[in-house]
Amino acid sequence: MFTDLPLLSLLIWLPVLGGIVVLINGDNNPWARPLSLLISIVTLVLSIGLYVGFDNATHQMQFAEQASWISTFNINYALGIDGFSMPLIILTSFSTVIVVVAGWEVIKDRVSQYMAAFLIMEGLMIAVFASLDAILFYVFFEAMLIPLFLVIGIWGGPNRVYATIKFFLYTLFGSVFLLLALLYLHHVSGSFSILDFHEVSLTLQEQTYLFLAFLIAFAVKVPMWPVHTWLPDAHVEAPTGGSVILAAITLKIGGYGLIRFALPITPDASMALDWLVISLSLIAVVYIGFVALAQSDLKKLIAYSSIAHMGFVTLGLFIVFRIFANTTDISGAVLAVEGAMVQMISHGFIAAAMFLSVGVLYDRMHTREISAYGGVINTMPIFGGFAVFFAMANAGLPGTSGFVGEFMVILAAFQANFWFAFLAATTLILGAAYTLWMVKRVMFGEIANDDVAQLTDLNRREFWMLASLAIIVLAIGLWPAPLTEVMHSSVEHLLSQVSQSKI
Amino acid sequence: MTFEVLNMSLALPEMFMLAMACTILMVVAFLGKNSAKMAYILSQLTLAVTAILIYQSFGDSGVTFDGTYIKDAFSDVLKLAICIINIAVLLYSTSYLKDRDLFKGEYYVLAIFSTLGMMIMVSAAHFLTIYLGLELMSLCMYAMVAMHRDSMISTEAAMKYFILGALASGMLLYGMSIIYGVTGSLEIATIAETIQAGGLDNTVLSFGLVFLVIGIGFKLGAVPFHMWLPDVYHGAPTAVTLFIATAPKIAAFAMAIRLLVDGLGDVHQHWQGMLIMLSVLSMIVGNVIAIAQTNLKRMLAYSTISHIGFILLGILSGSQEGYAASMFYALVYSLMSLGAFGMIILMSRQGFEADNIDDYKGLSRRNPWFALMMLILMFSMAGIPPLVGFYAKLTVIKSIIDINLISVAIVAVLMSVIGAFYYLRMIKVMYFDKPIQQEELQAPTDMRVMMSVNGLTVLALGIFPGSLLAVCASVFS
Repeated sequence: MFTDLPLLSLLIWLPVLGGIVVLINGDNNPWARPLSLLISIVTLVLSIGLYVGFDNATHQMQFAEQASWISTFNINYALGIDGFSMPLIILTSFSTVIVVVAGWEVIKDRVSQYMAAFLIMEGLMIAVFASLDAILFYVFFEAMLIPLFLVIGIWGGPNRVYATIKFFLYTLFGSVFLLLALLYLHHVSGSFSILDFHEVSLTLQEQTYLFLAFLIAFAVKVPMWPVHTWLPDAHVEAPTGGSVILAAITLKIGGYGLIRFALPITPDASMALDWLVISLSLIAVVYIGFVALAQSDLKKLIAYSSIAHMGFVTLGLFIVFRIFANTTDISGAVLAVEGAMVQMISHGFIAAAMFLSVGVLYDRMHTREISAYGGVINTMPIFGGFAVFFAMANAGLPGTSGFVGEFMVILAAFQANFWFAFLAATTLILGAAYTLWMVKRVMFGEIANDDVAQLTDLNRREFWMLASLAIIVLAIGLWPAPLTEVMHSSVEHLLSQVSQSKI
Repeated sequence: MTFEVLNMSLALPEMFMLAMACTILMVVAFLGKNSAKMAYILSQLTLAVTAILIYQSFGDSGVTFDGTYIKDAFSDVLKLAICIINIAVLLYSTSYLKDRDLFKGEYYVLAIFSTLGMMIMVSAAHFLTIYLGLELMSLCMYAMVAMHRDSMISTEAAMKYFILGALASGMLLYGMSIIYGVTGSLEIATIAETIQAGGLDNTVLSFGLVFLVIGIGFKLGAVPFHMWLPDVYHGAPTAVTLFIATAPKIAAFAMAIRLLVDGLGDVHQHWQGMLIMLSVLSMIVGNVIAIAQTNLKRMLAYSTISHIGFILLGILSGSQEGYAASMFYALVYSLMSLGAFGMIILMSRQGFEADNIDDYKGLSRRNPWFALMMLILMFSMAGIPPLVGFYAKLTVIKSIIDINLISVAIVAVLMSVIGAFYYLRMIKVMYFDKPIQQEELQAPTDMRVMMSVNGLTVLALGIFPGSLLAVCASVFS
């Protein structure tokens, strides 16, 4: 039943048009919130349809749609999803529902603009994951910056202007190289279809330049050390909803871009330069872990922990070359890539939950300084339970989704090189250290001051918001198979592309 | 000896416009001080009817007036664009002129004559026709800049514009005369044939070419021939700036194509290098200096210089696709520039120019709709999709990559990142800062509608750029 509908188009344009309707209705419209919630829930339900109608057995693009868009250059409105993009689309639509709920009472100023920005962004992000035409991808990839730029700049903290302009210019700087790479690929292949790009043969030199262009573009998004500095600023200044979307989705576009462009289009250059990505990833895991330890601002701490966790994603994607060098058995490489994907999805939920938890505290206390808190669990026992649970998940406690991805990548890393695995495994110590120390300082101990003593526990809205995330984190942690099954054949196809030289 | 009957019908739009321009001149002369309103209505009518005449004759082509005038798809599309843009320009400028006691018939007479000059430039098949059109256009514009007689800054701008403009025309004429010396013809088609046949003195030819390129560079405002541009944009009354910043760029682009591509296309390798220099310098200087501006008109002037750099990219590629990309860029640039300067007029009122960036503080709270329009225009100029400015940059950069000038393409994209900064600052001022003034907008309804149409067109063309791109591509195939 789902295959008859242009489901992907619906998923893209329903939130975009819905957002415009919300926007037009004006700021004083009491319907802005319920209408936005309705649109985001309908989108979520439709996106579940992708999961239901998805065929696990094939790596081919599913739910494909094609229409001519700019005929002069043969640019098409081509959509389709595989095992990589489908989970990310569901993550996007789920996160948007959470963001709408999270902003329900908190946002009092320009409510309809706020809701509209997130709805439009949702459509654009789904479109990024679903695009099969390079220019279409790029258009959505860039267009997404506009609402996020406004969200941080309008509803952000005191230093929001600096943060949002830095965010915009940083990501724009990365993505213009992507544009050059795409245009060059068109020059070589005569087509703008991403799947055609996968087939085109390139010399090692061409591949190297293209790979570096992809790497700059997507490393800024991921973000990888040393181009990560926009992220802590953006997170600290962004409103809670902005942080959630930033952490849950936009960072994933970086990882997704590497999977969709860098690995299959430039496999030889990826292999030749895997040392670069692997070392940057390990620096992110270890060094940024230490940086996180030193933070005094809650949001900054979580932002750095995001960078460290995303290091696992890039590590997982690029150790496959070392595994191929050591063994002909493909299962280790499958484990690495699947681990990276699971890590992305899981981090989407956990980071969202962490930022929401900070948001809950910030709404009551209006500070994010760790030193302003202490003994919160005494006055907010239910919230304390959730916060400790999400912190454990962030630290990679077995049984939560945070464990699965990291464990898969570390396991695979052993097949590549012992020291990679060793360094990656330090995250189990570092991650636990900075997360648990933060929890200790904020949650436990004596009640630090009068403000904390007067805190009220979660209301029903906040409870369900956090509870739904907790259920998912637990579910993926206990039974990750439904997630890994959908991506299995796509992963194997990617690895077959990666292992074939294009020279 | 036979006499050919001139095929006048090919030039019908120009002849109609000339007749109407003379009529308006008479009306203004006889009605005196009260002629402005009449002149305004007649001018709009003239432009509209001319546009219809051009549209109806789409598809006819030919050369007439003894090889001096050409009508082809290229000229039709550009002339139509010039007419439509000038209709919008006149519409925007009315209330501004009224508020400043500049609402006089002369403005409209000059505007129509200048438009006629642009149309002649676009349709030129002969060096002399190009020169005539260029001078008709420019002389009217010098006078328009100086219309605000009591303003020191306007007078200075007019003086500068006139002197540098005359210098540029001199350069162009000198170049033309050298080319005439080499090829023995002033007719563009004959020159092209002579060069193709070969056997010419290449040194002298490229010597003449240098002067042609300098002339074109001056008229477009490419670095290092850009000095007049910020001062004129800043000094002229905003209504005149609006006029200068839009349609004349299309005409100058047409002149570049007629001279360099139609005439000297075969020595493409000689002018390509020069244009690369002009283009790269324009993009760098324009974007970097724009960052330091506090006056919006000056900022937009430097942004114009950088856009000119991008337009030159397509021309220098030397491919049909590149020319089409440049044409697309020139049209899109005029549309965006129209909106941006139109916005300054929209925001201004009696005794208040609204040309400082700080005047836009908190605009999104005072007037969310027009702040959104300005946001669309600024993001479009910055080249962010899904707005039409993105496709303009995309197509010119594509044409550069297709001829393997990757390093130039890298400069171009880096400069567009730098350029994004000052457009973002404008959005920051409108959306993130607190308003410092609370006055209501005083703009009349027709202007508000025009502004909305302008902004929404930029958005709509950004979502469906296919048709305009197809038109530009068809012109050059």
